[in-house]
Amino acid sequence: MAAAPTAAATVASTAVLAPRPAPTSAFLRRTQATSHRHPILKCRRAGTLTPAAAAGGSSPSSAVFHGEVFVVGDNIDTDQIIPAEHLTLVPSKPDEYRKLGSFAFAGLPTAAYPTPFVDPGEESTRYAVIVGGANFGCGSSREHAPVALGAAGARAVVAESYARIFFRNSVATGEVYPLELHDAGAWKECKTGDVVTVDLGNSVLINHTSGKEYKLKPIGDAGPVIEAGGIFAYARKTGMIASKAAA
Amino acid sequence: MSSSVSAAAKASAAFAHKKELAAAAPAPTQHRAGSGRRSKPCRVRAVASPARAPRAPASTGSVKTAMTMTEKILARASERAGLEPGENVWVDVDVLMTHDVCGPGTIGIFKKEFGEDAKVWDREKVVIIPDHYIFTNDERANRNVDILRDFCMEQNIKYFYDIKDLSNFKANPDYKGVCHVALAQEGHCRPGEVLLGTDSHTCNAGAFGQFATGIGNTDAGFVLGTGKALLKVPPTIRFVLDGEMPPYLLAKDLILQIIGEISVSGATYKSMEFVGSTIESLNMEERMTLCNMVVEAGGKNGVVPADETTFKYLEGKTSVDYEPVYSDAQARFFSDYRFDVSKLEPVVAKPHSPDNRALARECKDVKIDRVYIGSCTGGKTEDFLAAAKVFLASGKKVKVPTFLVPATQKVWMDLYSLPVPGSGGKTCSQIFEEAGCDTPASPSCGACLGGPRDTYARMNEPMVCVSTTNRNFPGRMGHKEGQIYLASPYTAAASALTGYVTDPRDFLM
Ligand code: SF4
Repeated sequence: MAAAPTAAATVASTAVLAPRPAPTSAFLRRTQATSHRHPILKCRRAGTLTPAAAAGGSSPSSAVFHGEVFVVGDNIDTDQIIPAEHLTLVPSKPDEYRKLGSFAFAGLPTAAYPTPFVDPGEESTRYAVIVGGANFGCGSSREHAPVALGAAGARAVVAESYARIFFRNSVATGEVYPLELHDAGAWKECKTGDVVTVDLGNSVLINHTSGKEYKLKPIGDAGPVIEAGGIFAYARKTGMIASKAAA
Repeated sequence: MSSSVSAAAKASAAFAHKKELAAAAPAPTQHRAGSGRRSKPCRVRAVASPARAPRAPASTGSVKTAMTMTEKILARASERAGLEPGENVWVDVDVLMTHDVCGPGTIGIFKKEFGEDAKVWDREKVVIIPDHYIFTNDERANRNVDILRDFCMEQNIKYFYDIKDLSNFKANPDYKGVCHVALAQEGHCRPGEVLLGTDSHTCNAGAFGQFATGIGNTDAGFVLGTGKALLKVPPTIRFVLDGEMPPYLLAKDLILQIIGEISVSGATYKSMEFVGSTIESLNMEERMTLCNMVVEAGGKNGVVPADETTFKYLEGKTSVDYEPVYSDAQARFFSDYRFDVSKLEPVVAKPHSPDNRALARECKDVKIDRVYIGSCTGGKTEDFLAAAKVFLASGKKVKVPTFLVPATQKVWMDLYSLPVPGSGGKTCSQIFEEAGCDTPASPSCGACLGGPRDTYARMNEPMVCVSTTNRNFPGRMGHKEGQIYLASPYTAAASALTGYVTDPRDFLM
């Protein structure tokens, strides 16, 4: 990002950054972010992508995501993340947003993925973290993809690499944290259901079940946007558009 | 994809890869652009002659950074003298396109962030095209088009291609069809400009020598309110395609060849620039096919330098002044790929990945259940003319159901009015009928992306389909276990005639 984050103050003025409602399963997740934010909006948006630490300015995110992991392979495209027949759902409508979550990963071939990401009849997933291979999120520009994952309750994706638009949409919406593994192959060593911790402060993915640790790449260019809480918050913070209160 | 290594080994021999951060040697078509921004359309005269105008820095009075076309377009749009790959800049957007799948969400974000009474940044620069889920009884799909209509009325959007009467598309004079083809046909694609759209195949418009890429709802909501987008300048990979195009190849073969070579992530975050004598010989629709699928290689955008072919196409389509730009002779490219097109053969992408390349003739034992000719990639007038040519040459009937979905209303009209060369005045529709194809359907995205269950030609069962579309991911055309072979219109038509994946040379030579 060309500009380093400058003012820290504006973050607070953006009510849109409030997190989603508390997780359904106590086990699933705990992020520093959720504990510090005001649960104003019913659902939606950039909550957890704005770790509390960001309020301090330029310090990198120190959010921690903990829970069970859902593991997928290489080249998971957006049709598998959210099949086109569900694209009539409009993510900006709260009830349809939740419905999108219930269809997350509905396009994965059942033979290769016998365990569903979201149990039938449920709206949210038990998996807080998704681990994937290379080129995660390739295919269409449908923002429904990161939205479906976030709406289902996933907090972070840890993949070997991303397709551009999925990564961008994750950052712009703040739905899920798109993290990259330093080395290839982790998705082959993790199994769906393993208990993991993603520690952003230390840039590491810890698999408690296998006892292995994997280094994460620094978030890079997208850092300032993620820290701000999405593209709107970033633009307000850097003075590109007027702050919410004034708008 | 590993499978692409073994496949098409012969074809790869025609291909030389030079991976280096080279100062560009062959400047394909170096033109002097007009001086002022948005001045008169620059009439380029000598397209063929490699005018490598010497450009001493001193002659311009300022030291100029050599840039690629994509870098130049973004530099202009961000009012910067020079840009390097990797820089993040706020650019002014010339056109924002959205459709019925992503428009309602974009509008939702726009209203939430800018307020219920907010106005779009420029009512003449927003183009809204319902095209995805049109001819369906799905209530939510119908509602989404209503949302677009309400918004366009409220905002007085100048370019809204509405459809109200779903029973007969012809009763809707404003209705176009598939957004990327409509954008081109309606003159919204112009050299040197920045076009963003809430659809990954927005890169299609790079065929006009402009920067065009797909964005999500949130970014689009931002553009709606501000006219600006934060973009990272991509490095450019250059593809030099030389040699005469054999009569059995189409642009689809070229792009499938390229994707097979560099893989579905080979151009991630990068721009793909297509140059060379073959590219110069392609018509606009073929150039679109090429650029349409750069996203299948992960590319951010694709560009073809504008030339006489481009300017001719644009004549009468737009009154907006535009100014083409071209890569500098000294521009730095991330890498160079070279193809001798005269040595290539027809290829397909096997299930379930666009880079799973194989020669069409290697798949001659693959039995198929149906053929689909349609979409932004393979449903343009030239695509149907190509298919008709194969049917005409064979004089036989298709052996499997063959579905035809014209991209736009204009394409549909062409099928019923344009004479097919060499047919003694027959139209495509007549030839298709004689060959036993399904009647051309109402123009829309159709089954290219599956869509609601009642979508025409959707694969509701696990079948094998040869398709002129751009994606063959699991479930893309409906059923998760469906198998899609991506192919050129030639290959698709040839396959329809035999019921197997078929090299079109069997009919064209
Ligand atoms: S025709 Fe297919 S690829 Fe093209 S815009 Fe429509 S759904 Fe997308």
